[in-house]
Amino acid sequence: SVSHSQITRLYSRFTSLDKGENGPLSREDFQRIPELAINPLGDRIINAFFPEGEDQVNFRGFMRTLAHFRPIEDNEKSKDQNGPEPLNSRSNKLHFAFRLYDLDKDDKISRDELLQVLRMMVGVNISDEQLGSIADRTIQEADQDGDSAISFAEFVKVLEKVDVEQKMSIRFLH
Amino acid sequence: GAVWVAAVLGLIVLPSALGISLGISEAYMWVLVKTLEWATMRLQKGVKKPQPQMPQTPAANGIIERDETPMEKEIARLHRADFEFSHIFYFCRKGFEAIVEDEVTQRFSSEELLSWNLLTRTNVNFHYISLKLTVVWVIGVIVRYCFLLPLRFTLAAIGITSMIVGTTAVGQLPNGSVKSYLSEVVHLTCSRILVRALSGTIHYHNKENRPQKGGICVANHTSPIDAIILTNDGCYAMVGQVHGGLMGVIQRATVKACPHVWFERSEIKDRHLVTKRLREHVADKSKLPILIFPEGTCINNTSVMMFKKGSFEIGGTIYPVAIKYDPQFGDAFWNSSKYNIVSYLLRIMTSWAIVCNVWYLPPMVRKEDEDAVQFANRVRSAIAHQGGLTELPWDGGLKRAKVKDTFKEEQQKNYSKMLVRNGSIG
Repeated sequence: SVSHSQITRLYSRFTSLDKGENGPLSREDFQRIPELAINPLGDRIINAFFPEGEDQVNFRGFMRTLAHFRPIEDNEKSKDQNGPEPLNSRSNKLHFAFRLYDLDKDDKISRDELLQVLRMMVGVNISDEQLGSIADRTIQEADQDGDSAISFAEFVKVLEKVDVEQKMSIRFLH
Repeated sequence: GAVWVAAVLGLIVLPSALGISLGISEAYMWVLVKTLEWATMRLQKGVKKPQPQMPQTPAANGIIERDETPMEKEIARLHRADFEFSHIFYFCRKGFEAIVEDEVTQRFSSEELLSWNLLTRTNVNFHYISLKLTVVWVIGVIVRYCFLLPLRFTLAAIGITSMIVGTTAVGQLPNGSVKSYLSEVVHLTCSRILVRALSGTIHYHNKENRPQKGGICVANHTSPIDAIILTNDGCYAMVGQVHGGLMGVIQRATVKACPHVWFERSEIKDRHLVTKRLREHVADKSKLPILIFPEGTCINNTSVMMFKKGSFEIGGTIYPVAIKYDPQFGDAFWNSSKYNIVSYLLRIMTSWAIVCNVWYLPPMVRKEDEDAVQFANRVRSAIAHQGGLTELPWDGGLKRAKVKDTFKEEQQKNYSKMLVRNGSIG
């Protein structure tokens, strides 16, 4: 599990982000981080911290979302084999990424949703037609049941050869 | 009462005026260093669990492993750079890394200490260790608040009053070499008194590179004290905005004796006006070098942020200076969003001491093929390198303002270039 010193550090970070010192964090508190503000997917990432309809996230929620990025090898030290699947399992990491694409949370990535996310990533530098072709090709390659949308199962299949554990993990130094 | 004042005058003010040292500060520092070393040893012994060896500079290592692989290497595979669902992982992880620890916002709050220096304010991660340590800490509180604080306050009052009275007196004289000489004496003496008011121990390096008349001195900015640190060893023409209150009184008095460059609030918004006035000052080789802090705001002394190019468009010779404070004895950084100037000065005066190193770097001029921004970056590198500070391309103004959209647009452009590079889309 997370060590005591790591929790202390993250709590320290949580409070330092809270400029107004009113407890929970708001979206503005995240947007004040320059490196996050310039990230093309910054808004989607920030959104992942806020549950449906809420504008505040407390420390518990903050830790829960960050937990997705714990390295998978941490789980081997955990003794609880019969408990619920840990948030940082490969499957849950993939689910987290899936939710970044699935804008309306209907468990499917539609062509439209993919286009919107692509548009966030490329800005104004690629035309609608080109972007449309990219989206079409991507969906075509991954779509197995022919509904022109990507379900979570299809998403997992496409990424089966990708080292998700390495790409979606953050390691603490101490 | 009278004995107290006489002692202060005799032991501190008079030597300051003459520029000599009686060795009292040195003795105090020696005792302080020994005490802090003892405290550090006790802390290390007192820790029950065996800790992994702490790295020397926490700022350099950070708390998480940052993967600095550039976007192109991370996302593109061989010759295929078509879009894949996995591309999102790169942006996602970068985003989360920034949330846990980012390079910029940490510079706007005080540096964390490796080992407790017996000040309550830095006691964030250190717990009760032993009775002896607590006793020493209590003694420290008494010494700092009941002895040092009144002493320092008295000195500061004397220093500021002398400055106002002295410069006004000198200002009455007609312009000439006598006036300049006396003005320098007054400024230097008052500066020295103020440095003693902070228990300042300053080591100046490479004094042969000291800024000359007609030049521009630029330094990294940590605190309003920076100016006093520098004027302790030389005379400068200050540049800044006119303030109200006590600061305004000081500004109006000093400008009578010496041509400091004070701007009204309305004037400072006009960049051309500012550049013009500074250019005129610098062109006059008989005038003192001007002192500018190109970061524009106080940074926490672990890094040097973007230098505003304005100072580097004036022309003339730039004399870079690096200032590095030792945080073990007292935190010099002014966190203006957390403390106002009065609280800040109070904190400074109840610290152990202000210890810093000042390096005078060799003068630099703009090269033919360099523009102001490149020149500014070159000077900034030299200062950061000398002071052991990290160089950051970010603007210190991010302390208060939002980052510009152009940076995000740049990221989007880079990603798009990657997708389109091989021509094979769709």
